[in-house]
Amino acid sequence: MTEDILAIAGAWRDAGEQVALATVVETWGSSPRPAGSQLAVTMSGKLAGSVSGGCIEGAVADAAKVAMNSGAPALLDFGISDERAWEVGLSCGGKLKVFVEPIA
Amino acid sequence: MRAETLARLQAERAAKRPVALLTRLADGAQHLFPGEGVPAALAEAAVAALDADAARSLTLEGETWFIHPYTPPLRLLVIGAAHITQALAPMAPALGFAVTVIDPRRAFATEERLPGVTLIDAWPDDAMAELAPDTRTAVVTLTHDPKLDDPALDIALRSGAFYIGALGSRRTHAKRIARLAELGHGPEAIARIHAPVGLDIRAVTASEIALSIMAEIVAARRGAVLGEVRPGAMAAKVPA
Repeated sequence: MTEDILAIAGAWRDAGEQVALATVVETWGSSPRPAGSQLAVTMSGKLAGSVSGGCIEGAVADAAKVAMNSGAPALLDFGISDERAWEVGLSCGGKLKVFVEPIA
Repeated sequence: MRAETLARLQAERAAKRPVALLTRLADGAQHLFPGEGVPAALAEAAVAALDADAARSLTLEGETWFIHPYTPPLRLLVIGAAHITQALAPMAPALGFAVTVIDPRRAFATEERLPGVTLIDAWPDDAMAELAPDTRTAVVTLTHDPKLDDPALDIALRSGAFYIGALGSRRTHAKRIARLAELGHGPEAIARIHAPVGLDIRAVTASEIALSIMAEIVAARRGAVLGEVRPGAMAAKVPA
């Protein structure tokens, strides 16, 4: 069965972790993951799910920690140039928007 | 997201009810649909997103909303705990299908042969009537036995199942068509049955046949036009 990110996020929260949810809300070009793809992040550094082929998860996790600290959601824009995308292992040259929100 | 919203969303999903989460991207304000009063345009977009099983955005009075549908799992109902079923059962969940196997022959429908699969040992007509196939359901008959396959196909054809497949050769299927016609099914209804079941990938083993069936189910679900050559595919062919 495909991973239930919300269930994982809920379980982490029940275990006392601070949790944020990142969701792909818009994509252009050949982004690897469709809108609705999710990544759950804890303050302690746990990750579940994905919002790209691995290229922006680190940046999204950092933004998620900022959101958990501030309590405010954020809308992140990722434009991936072809050259840069290749360098970081994502050859698609896609663009995407990711919404990051703390679960509170 | 408020923890309370997450809990309600998960409760709806656990009850296998389709639900959409509507998020105003400017500030993270959220509604669940159905259940909470939302503007008509948002409700309409939520219904469309649930139908298409695809997230979308909507800009309403200068504010962008993200509409995230959460739909119940797709279902695969298999008639017959056959050898192919054993190959199909572990493949389908990876593709998002919850599998139920119906076989009144208790020697076949065992937990040992199909670990972790929902097994029903009732007659296919009773079981199918109970399971009520809908537009998120695929039905595959694999018993080779008209006594078991036909009643299941009869109910599948009267349902909204998005895919109906039946194992058996063209000759077997010709006979089956005659029997289903006697049950009152017209040519258009009978044409919904994919038979011989599965895409023609020259499958030989049970696993390969299971793969061809799952590929055909995915194609039906995604509205693929089969037989089309992908652009550029010819270039990859080795010249004779």
